[in-house]
Order: sequence, then C-alpha cells, then structure tokens
Amino acid sequence: MRNPRTLSTAAALAAAALAAAACSTPGGDETVPGVTDDAVVIGTHQPLTGPAAAGYSAISAATAAYFAYVNANGGVNGRDIEYLVKDDAYDPAATQTAVRELVTEDEVFAIVNGLGTPTHSSVLDYLDQQGVPDLFVSSGALAWNQPEVYDSTFAFNADYVTEGAALAQYAVEQDPGAVVCVLGQDDDYGEGILEGVETVVGSNEIAEVQTYAVSSEDLTAQLGAMMTAGCEVNVLGTINGFTAMAVGTAAQMEWFPRWYVSSSGADYPTLAGYLGEDLAPALLQGMVSVNYLPSSAGGEWDALFREINDEYNDGAPYTGNTVFGMSVGYLFAEALAAAGDDPTRESLVAAVESGDLAGNGIVPLSFSEDDHAAYRAVGVTVVDEGVQDYAGPVYEVTAGGVNAIEASPVPLENEGIPGE
Amino acid sequence: MKTPLRALLLTVLALGGTFGLDPFRNYQLAAAAACFAAVAGLTVLVGLTGQLSLGHAVLMAAGGYGFAWAATAVDGPWPLALLAGLLAAALASGLLGLLLGAAAARLRGPYLAGLTLALVIALSAAAGALPLGGDQGVRAPFFPVPEALSALIAVEQWHAWLAITVAAAAVTPLAVLRSGPAGLRMRAVLDDETAARLSGIDPGRVKTGAFVASAIPAGLGGAVLAIATQQVTPGGYGLAFSLSLVVAAVAGGLGSIGGAAAGAVLVTVLPWAADELAALAPAELGRRLDGNLAVLLFGAALVALTLAWPGGAARLLHRARALRFATPSTTTER
Amino acid sequence: MDRLLFLLAAGLARGAVLALFALSLVIVWRAARVVNFAQAAMAAAAVYAAFHATAATGSYWIGLATGLAAGALLGAAVERGLMRRLPAHAPLPGIIVAIGLVMVLQAGLAIAFGPEHRPMHPPFSQRPFVIGGVPLLSPYDLFTLGAAAAVMAALALLFNRTPLGLRLRAAAFAPETARLAGVRVPRMVALGWALSAAAAALAALLLVPTELGLNPHAVDLLFVNAFAVAVIGGLDSPAGALLAGIGTGLLVSLVTGYASASAAPLAVLALMTLVLLVRPGGLLAAKEARTA
Repeated sequence: MRNPRTLSTAAALAAAALAAAACSTPGGDETVPGVTDDAVVIGTHQPLTGPAAAGYSAISAATAAYFAYVNANGGVNGRDIEYLVKDDAYDPAATQTAVRELVTEDEVFAIVNGLGTPTHSSVLDYLDQQGVPDLFVSSGALAWNQPEVYDSTFAFNADYVTEGAALAQYAVEQDPGAVVCVLGQDDDYGEGILEGVETVVGSNEIAEVQTYAVSSEDLTAQLGAMMTAGCEVNVLGTINGFTAMAVGTAAQMEWFPRWYVSSSGADYPTLAGYLGEDLAPALLQGMVSVNYLPSSAGGEWDALFREINDEYNDGAPYTGNTVFGMSVGYLFAEALAAAGDDPTRESLVAAVESGDLAGNGIVPLSFSEDDHAAYRAVGVTVVDEGVQDYAGPVYEVTAGGVNAIEASPVPLENEGIPGE
Repeated sequence: MKTPLRALLLTVLALGGTFGLDPFRNYQLAAAAACFAAVAGLTVLVGLTGQLSLGHAVLMAAGGYGFAWAATAVDGPWPLALLAGLLAAALASGLLGLLLGAAAARLRGPYLAGLTLALVIALSAAAGALPLGGDQGVRAPFFPVPEALSALIAVEQWHAWLAITVAAAAVTPLAVLRSGPAGLRMRAVLDDETAARLSGIDPGRVKTGAFVASAIPAGLGGAVLAIATQQVTPGGYGLAFSLSLVVAAVAGGLGSIGGAAAGAVLVTVLPWAADELAALAPAELGRRLDGNLAVLLFGAALVALTLAWPGGAARLLHRARALRFATPSTTTER
Repeated sequence: MDRLLFLLAAGLARGAVLALFALSLVIVWRAARVVNFAQAAMAAAAVYAAFHATAATGSYWIGLATGLAAGALLGAAVERGLMRRLPAHAPLPGIIVAIGLVMVLQAGLAIAFGPEHRPMHPPFSQRPFVIGGVPLLSPYDLFTLGAAAAVMAALALLFNRTPLGLRLRAAAFAPETARLAGVRVPRMVALGWALSAAAAALAALLLVPTELGLNPHAVDLLFVNAFAVAVIGGLDSPAGALLAGIGTGLLVSLVTGYASASAAPLAVLALMTLVLLVRPGGLLAAKEARTA
C-alpha cells in the first residue's frame, strides 16, 4: 500500500522547506560573534505567551527600554546594544529552539537574563559547549552557580535558599515562638525556600508544609490545612498570582496570619493588580519580603527608571518587574563597558569574574572567579499603607548562618550609563 | 523488499541534504526527524486501526527518559552508549505502549482519547513523583562530532545525521509492517470488527499490537530529541506538543508515512516562520502576535484542511485507493 | 476531622462545577456524537463577553446573561459553520476540527486581550460560614451549587418531559426515523450545541471568579478534568456526569489537602483507569452493542 509519489513529494517538500540558507561546515573566522564596530547583539528567551506570560513578559520590555535609553545616549564604548527577545512560552522545548536560533542564526555575543529554571536548565549544557557567555539568569536556582562546570554561566537573582533563610530569620526575630508554616510551588522554587526556612528554624519546627501546582488555580485545600494546623507565620515560595490568591483566600476565611513572601512573589503593584486596588492596602498591610534591587520609591534609581519607562517603554505599568528588567540591563551594560574597547566573549566573562562590577543593588555583588552567584545578601522590605520599602535589617546568608550586615546602596553615576 | 531499498535511498538523500543547511536548519531538521518518527507511529495507529491517541508525546517522553538513563549509565565508547540508549528507549516506550494498548483494546474512540489526554496531563506530576528529575527533567549525554569528522561538519549536522538514521531505522519496519499481512489485519478490524472476528482475527490482539508498533517509533523519536537537545523535561512533552503531533498526522493524511514526514516538517517549521512574520509587525502588535500568530494560523489551516478533505491532504494524491478503505469504515458504529 | 469536613465542603463546590461542565460535554456527545475539544476555548470566549458586559454596565447579572447568550450563539455558530460540513458518523474529523478551533480561539483571545489575568469578582461573598470552628461553604459556593443544580434539573426536565426534549432525543438517537416523523433534525442538532455551549459557559462563569482571573487558558484545566469526569461517568449518561463530577471534585480536594496538589492529576488518571478497566463504557454506560 505504499505510494512512491507521496514519499518523494514529502521529501521534496522537506528539502524545500529547510533549504533556505548557507552552508554548514564549521567556520574558522576570527571575528567575535555579535560584535561589530557600532553594535553588540545579545539575546534572551522569555515567556511572552502562554500561562507564564502574565507579569514576566514585562521584564524583557523593561530591559529593552533601558538599552534604548543607553543607545540614545551614545551606547557603550560607542556601540549600540541590540537586544533580541525570543518567546519560549515557558516551554523547555521551545527554549532550546529559541536559543539555538539566537546562537547559530543571529550569532549573538551573549545570552542575557534567560528566564526560568526548567527552561534555562535545558540550554545550560548547550551554551557551555558553544562557549556562549550566559549572563544573569533570571531564576533563583542554585544551578547557575557552578563555575567549575559551567564557567561562563552567572546568576542574577538571590538564590531561593538565601531568601528562605533570611525570611525565616526575620520571622524568628520578630515573633519568637510563633508557629511557622511554608506554602511553596511544587518545584525547585518552593523546595529552595523550604530548605532556607529549615536551616533557620529546623525541619521539625515547621508545623505545616503545603505545595501547589501552577496548573491548578485553587489554594482552598492548602490554606484550610494550614489554618487548621494553627499557623501564625506563613512563609511563601509562591509566584505573584498565587501570593495574591493565598492572601485573598485566607482573608475570605477570616484568617489573617503574618505573610513572609519571597521576592519572586511579593511585588506590591503586581499583587494589587490581582487583589484590586481598593482591597490591596488592607490585605497586604505588614507583608514582609526581601529584595536587593533599588526599588524604594523616590530614590535616584527609581526616578531614573520611571523616566526611562515613560520615554522608552510607552509608560507601561511600573512594577517590580520593571526595576528588575532595567537593573539587569544596567548590569550587562556595566559588564560590557568593563570588557574593553574590543570586547570578546573571554573579556566579558573576565569582566564579570573580576569582582569589579558594582551593579545597582542595595548590597554588594558577590561575583568572583569561584563564585557565580550575584547576591548573597538581601534586605527586608515591609508593606505599610500600600507602600513597600526597605524597613528592616539586611541579612547575609553564608554556610555558617544568617548574619545582619549594613546595607551599601550603589549611588547613581553618569545618569545610569556605564562607561570606562 | 522494495520498501527497505527506497527507505535507504531516501535516508542517504536526507543525509546528503544536511550539507546544504546551516547549523540552525540542521537542528530543526533533527527535531523534524524526531517528530517524523512519532507522527509515523501515530498516523499508522489512527489511520489503520482508528484508535485516536492524544498521548503520543508521553510515549516520546518515555523513550527520551529511557534513552537518557541508559546512555548515561553505560560507560563505554559512544556507539555503545548510543545503542544502549536507543534500546532502552524502544523498551520503555514499547512497555508503556503495551499497557495503553491493553486498555485501548477494551475502549472505544472517545474513551481512549480521554484516557490518553489524562495521561498527558499527568506527565509532569509523574515526573515529580517518579525519580525523573521533576520539572528540570534529566540530562541526556552529549555526543560530540567524532574526531575523523570534526574538521568537516558542525555538531548540529552530526546530530541531524544521527537523527535521520535513527528515524529511518524506526520508521522503516513500521512501513514494512503496514504493507504486510499485519496491516491487512488492522484494516480488517477497522472496517468491521465482527467480520474480522469471523475470519479468525482477534481484534483485541490486533489493536494492542498496533499500539506497541506505534509506540516504539514514538519512543525512538523521543530518543532523537534527547540526542539533539541533551535534555528530557516533562514541559517539553505537554498537551500542546501532543496535539501538534495529531495535527501533523492529519495534515499529512492519516495512514500515510510520506504525509507524516511532510506534517512533521510543517509543525517544526511553521511556528518559527510565523514568529518571523510577527517580528515584522510594529512593536506593540508584534508583542501580541509573537507566538500567538503561529497557533492561530495552525488552527485555521487545520480547520480548513479538514473541512475541505476530511481524510487529510496527502490522501488527495491517492484518493481512489483511500476511498475504498474509508467508505466502509464510516458506516461502523462508533 | 476538622480538615476532613473542610476539604469535603470545598470539594463539593468544585465538584458541582465539574459536573456541570461534564454535562455540557455529554449533551453535545448525545446530540452530535462529537467530543467537543473546543468546549474550553468557547467557554473562555463567552466569559470574555461576560467580563466586558459587566465592566460596561457594572452589573454581574447582565454579564452573566451576556455570557450565556454568547456561549449559546457560539455553540450554534460552530455547529452551523463547521461541524455540519463534516461527514456524519466519522468521529475523527470532528475532533480534529475542534482542536483547530481551540488554537484559533485561544490565540485570537490572546491577541485581542493579551495574556494578563483579569480579576473577576463574584456576586456574593466568598467568606465561608464557620460552623463549630470549621469554615464550610461560602454564600458564593451555595450560589454555585444552586445554579449548577438548577440548570442540571432544568436540562433533565427539558430532555425527558417536554415535546422539544423528545424531538432533541429523537434527532440524536435515530436521525433517519426522526426526519420521517417530521423532526427538523439539523435544527435540533444546532440547538443541542447551543445548549451545551451555554452550560459550559455557565460552568466557566462560576469557576473563574474563584481563580486568579480571566485569561485565554482559564478554563483549560476544567475541561481536562471534566472530560475525565464525562468518560468516567459514561459519555452517554447525564446522571453519570453528575455522580462522577461530585466524586472527582471530592477526590481532588482530599488528595490536594492530605497529599499534595501535584498528586491530583495522578489521582484522576488512576480513578479513570480503574473505572475503565471494570466498565469500559464508564460508570453508567448504556448497554454495549453486541460485538460477537
């Protein structure tokens, strides 16, 4: 029952569809990929569609707006930064395709701020094999800090364990003896937060641990279990939507425990969007979180970022994701400036490893040759009357434990445009 | 004996074709080859036995996990690790196929579709419950270009070669099976189960066997994808991907293996092409179109194709022959 | 004990929505012998209509009515425009067209309205009545249960006790005979689609206010679970949909509360496998046609 004509038609079709471009042998040219005399091309993978798009799609738009601002002011070392954003819909298979296209077709200089643990994990080895700098991954997994294995991969977020430990430490100091519970996402995010909490209070001291799956938008069963367990301090390793849902569901049950939320799920403007502007100030009053970026309203970075957001991002809603995206952009521009007049992939990685980058955080960056984590310290933030700001100690989390340190914010220089 | 010869010829042709492609197209070709193996299995299953599986992505995933596990565990020269991986992939997917097939033998159309759909949804939960690495999945070993070839070809082209070879090895037996007595029995069961039973065919066994025969190429397709991407994650084998396999099988014409190749290339290349198109639109509109436009066009094409030719596009080419099988089947109660 | 009561109450309200959506799948299966994979996307489109009607008028009830009407219209339009043009009795083209329709509708909604979650507010408080220290059903849960029960009862009455219901059933089960008896079969099939899509839209309208907010994928999981429920109950059986819907709702709630949220899909799969192994046609299957 075979039909030769069908087969050959298919083969011809396949060839026609795929045969569009040049030849395949490995080239031996000496130029640096993605770097020309007047531009540097970099790329990223982000969830622009699909269930994860809400919220996160604002990050790359903010980064692009910051680069547009830099380019409008002469670029870095005379080069414009061209930022290619590929959609992966938070699907690891799509990430692999997108990143290969960026590396082989668009010949990017580096991948910057690829978003998500499962997504970015799927291209970690590939980027390593190809020798593409993999800078400032947008996730708090510990996997990005393995300099001996992945020598050009660097993290950006404070890792989840650090955040969990800092939240628990503050909770223990504020309410000694309170019943501590954890609600976490059922992946490395929730597990990391739980691990951090355990290092501080001990694993037997957590009264109730509940998890949720992103696909199921219902926390009634979990919160009911936590309520009946008598939880007083709830540490959340949840993304923004589920933080809002947890707070909202508990309020419907007339239950008002204290909320300690990881930075990935505690952005006040985003939470207010979910809960409604009218209810948010009351429901989120006193919510504790941690952060490390210059998010304080009225600060000089805040003023600059708002200005850039209005001018280069069509005045999109200004949230924690905006600050995050622009801060990543700033850090990359700083690294590029430090990589010299004729940057190479090696000099870019060396610039990050040098430890000379300052970033724009409220705590120092910890990059060095044998440490590829960005932030090992976080500052406590509290929501008061609808305003989220730094209001507590700054904790440094090391193998030895959690210690309070002094904040050391980086002052804004040269209008936020790095130069040599 | 004509089928294996033709398969060999086409395989050599495809291998040669990789020299005309740049690394990214070669990567797409490897992905298309993986889809081709799975779609070929699916199209034979649906086209010849009328069993609609929405869960072929899970069979691919089973193959991928099997491959990653065995190829990592075997500590020897790379061809040995590769073979062990492929064997494990075939075994894992075959076993899962056997289980599903046993269920399928008892279930009629929509019930089987429901069961396989629930299977796809449960995959990511299963990856968390079983030692499969949760959402992050597991690493599959990297097969670098062998020394002798490393000056000649890039790694993507090498993976495309592996992909084409494995896909050919997976699909050729299926093609032989389909044109042999087993294929006849499948059609007999599809046309009229009672009549088939009267002539001594056990419909349950035929259906189960067809499921296994369809699962193994799918699993090898999963292995191919693991070779090309060095990673197996549950997120990569979700509902959208599983449905796109169905789309490929239908677009190519159910039951047609050549059509499966065309369909596999289509579902690999079209999303990328539509995104390129969306990138041309102005920023705000482009942001909304990005990703969505591909899905929209896909869906519209699928609806239009099915309305125009319910049997699938490639069927047009041999419609007269197809009609002979299609007509009686439409009268069976389902 | 407290937790058990709480979880059972939560599961009951979820189960009612599941049962209603599963019933909508049963209706369209009985009317047209098609599993409508587009039911979730069609319902999501109807909820978008309701959302904008509520936003424009400020009234939840006008939004609800708009959503139901939009669902019914969409159902009839899909039948008239697409499904009718397919060959009768071959199940596959119907399923494929429905899958294509899902892609078109969801991508279209995402292009038109963006991926954001839009919060929808319930018409009644979600604050549960606390009985003996245990939070049980909230007024909104009672509204959900009441609405689902009323619609299911009305549909049962319509199908079993009215002349229109008789014509609907005749058109579905014996189209040739029905046509001879003067029933306008195509009109009945279109009506079946409209009823089914409106019931699905109602289920989605009841569900979305309890979730994060409206987005193109808001109804996806409901559909998947409801399809499982319809299969477990027997695709031909409205009573099966009700029974399996409540049962699955309770199961998911208990598994989530006592084990973990990620175990819930596995539990549904296990339940379905178990039921189908014992009864391949679902719990309340009609008598199987003899095959040998």
